[in-house]
Amino acid sequence: MLDLDDIQHFLLTRTPALAARYEFLSFPAVDRGRAWLKGILERVGTARAVGGSLLDARWVSVAFTWNGLKTLGVDQPSLATFPPEFQQGMAPRAAVLGLTGKNAPEHWVGDLASPDLHAIVILFARDVPERERCKTEHQRHVTESGVRVLSSLDLEAIPPLEYAHEHFGYRDRLSQPAVEGAGAEPTPGSGPPIKPGEFFLGYPDEMGLVPPPPQPEVLSRNGSFLAYFRMQEHVGVFRDFLAQQGKTPEEQELVAAKLMGRWRSGAPLVLAPEREDPALGADMQRNNDFDYAKMDPHGYACPVGSHVRRMNPRDTGENMQRRKMIRRGGTYGPHLPDDAPEDGHERGIAAFVGCASLVRQFEFTMNVWANDPDFMSLGNERDPIIGTHDGSYDMTIPRRPIRKKIQGLPAFTTVRGGAYFFLPGIRALKFLADGPSASARTTAAASARTS
Amino acid sequence: MTVADWSKPAAKAIPKEGYFELAQGRFGPVFPRTPACYGFTVIAKVKPGKEQVVREYGATIEKAVAADPGVLAPLKLHYLRWVLFDVGSGLHFMYQGIFDTDFDKYLEDAIALFNATGLTTVFMNLEGWPEDWRTNLQAVIKFFRDHQRPSFLEYGEYPYVSATDIKKALRLKAAFGAVLDEMQ
Ligand code: HEM
Repeated sequence: MLDLDDIQHFLLTRTPALAARYEFLSFPAVDRGRAWLKGILERVGTARAVGGSLLDARWVSVAFTWNGLKTLGVDQPSLATFPPEFQQGMAPRAAVLGLTGKNAPEHWVGDLASPDLHAIVILFARDVPERERCKTEHQRHVTESGVRVLSSLDLEAIPPLEYAHEHFGYRDRLSQPAVEGAGAEPTPGSGPPIKPGEFFLGYPDEMGLVPPPPQPEVLSRNGSFLAYFRMQEHVGVFRDFLAQQGKTPEEQELVAAKLMGRWRSGAPLVLAPEREDPALGADMQRNNDFDYAKMDPHGYACPVGSHVRRMNPRDTGENMQRRKMIRRGGTYGPHLPDDAPEDGHERGIAAFVGCASLVRQFEFTMNVWANDPDFMSLGNERDPIIGTHDGSYDMTIPRRPIRKKIQGLPAFTTVRGGAYFFLPGIRALKFLADGPSASARTTAAASARTS
Repeated sequence: MTVADWSKPAAKAIPKEGYFELAQGRFGPVFPRTPACYGFTVIAKVKPGKEQVVREYGATIEKAVAADPGVLAPLKLHYLRWVLFDVGSGLHFMYQGIFDTDFDKYLEDAIALFNATGLTTVFMNLEGWPEDWRTNLQAVIKFFRDHQRPSFLEYGEYPYVSATDIKKALRLKAAFGAVLDEMQ
């Protein structure tokens, strides 16, 4: 059974937050880091507490880089049991993720590629005033404990607020793996629930076994890995591109849908190949109820290279239960109204992918599904939304009698930063706050008493 | 993907490291596609007394493929060659595959398939195979990478052609043949 009293709520509960703030922290010394963590620990919500009361106004999560664990005093032998990709961090693995050119770490902002990045505190708030209140409170705590804020990012949902969507205008938060034992039933078409070990350490995974956890177990159990991405969305470029590709608004919407695999309402192309269907897009009982191999093998409805078909090839992919990820995050930067010209402000999504294995789940997705030009034998294509683009890749839109090929897709997004974090359980946070050596002494003393 | 002329036979000499330019894959350097497609040659020593057990896997795989011809399809193979040899340093097993995907990219899928078809269990008879292979994917990947022996020459009579393309051409030929038969 999932230990809901220990697992941080972050990956298990979606909160009704309309604002957020991420702060990226550095600990100048071990005692300062521990002091900061001690002070914030009480505010970190467990999956049970948050799941049970949606009346809260703010939700706090805390995660650490490998350098952060080291700075907090985790010993070298334990640190060495964490997966190599987590030890390295995201920036040194940028090439594996396909983050070259404008997406490369040398252009990143916010000091995210720095070895001084030790922790992130993620604050979700019901609204902007609550976010501002928490921000001030946290500022005080940061000053008192003597830790350093390397950078921060404010996020707000963009209008219309009635449904979650991102700056290009597509409805988001439609597909999410259901974790076995966490309560929620998968929506129709989403496949069976996924074993908890795919997301939380210390549980059986889809192999039916518990992989050897990083040490000590008090630190790793109930934890997850997070890949963080700050991805700028070039809304002006995107709109210009649609205008170039389609003469009428209807044609433009069709091109937009072909890039994503869903219409902006969320309606999947497989179920709505010809035209937009907002009722379908909003209907969680129907909007995931499709596959590709049987319903659209050649991609006449949903192109093989579209974002959602790449990110979840469903019945056309192998070993799919082992490639699932839990997505979290939100939009940052000002909304660009439909009729407004590009204003030069940075806007985008700042998102987390939660999983048990960064290399098997997140890195695979980026390396193969997003950025392998020959994925599904497409030859010279990358994910049109999140792939690394420099104008040299194409996008094939299969249709009868002959397919349409868009040549030289521009970059609609740019990665502005990223990092790998470990999101520990509550007991592990206490272990880190008390100091691993203190806990080791307590455990040793306890076992001395019992023996 | 390299667009190459399939009608022009090609050979490629490969540097000692096994690649021309260092490209980092998820598990280490990526080995390149050559005129003979992607390849993978794993050589490991057989544990003493296990020759017969290893040999018997030949028949096991034959049966598995006969029962389900699509069982190995996800590996995108052209050919598999399994060889047992002893040139004076004990019995060794060579597993050589020629296929159309970069093995590094789909390693976990391949291992999942090895597990599902019982292929993994042949590796248990090899020295260096991790005891905790069921749960320790990282160790299995390390075994394959440690025992991979890159070629220093590869040749293709019809270079860079994928199995899919070959099958397409053969299907076309068959269909065309049938049409010609109809016209007789
Ligand atoms: C600016 C960047 C991005 C945009 C605009 C975007 C947009 C979307 C939208 C609109 C959907 C459909 C809604 C849904 O199924 O929930 C979606 C689905 C998805 N996206 Fe993204 N996304 C972005 C980045 C990413 C990244 C970085 C990843 C992971 C590495 C990712 C992975 C996925 C996955 C797994 C799905 C679900 C596919 C399915 O199950 O059918 N996305 N995305």
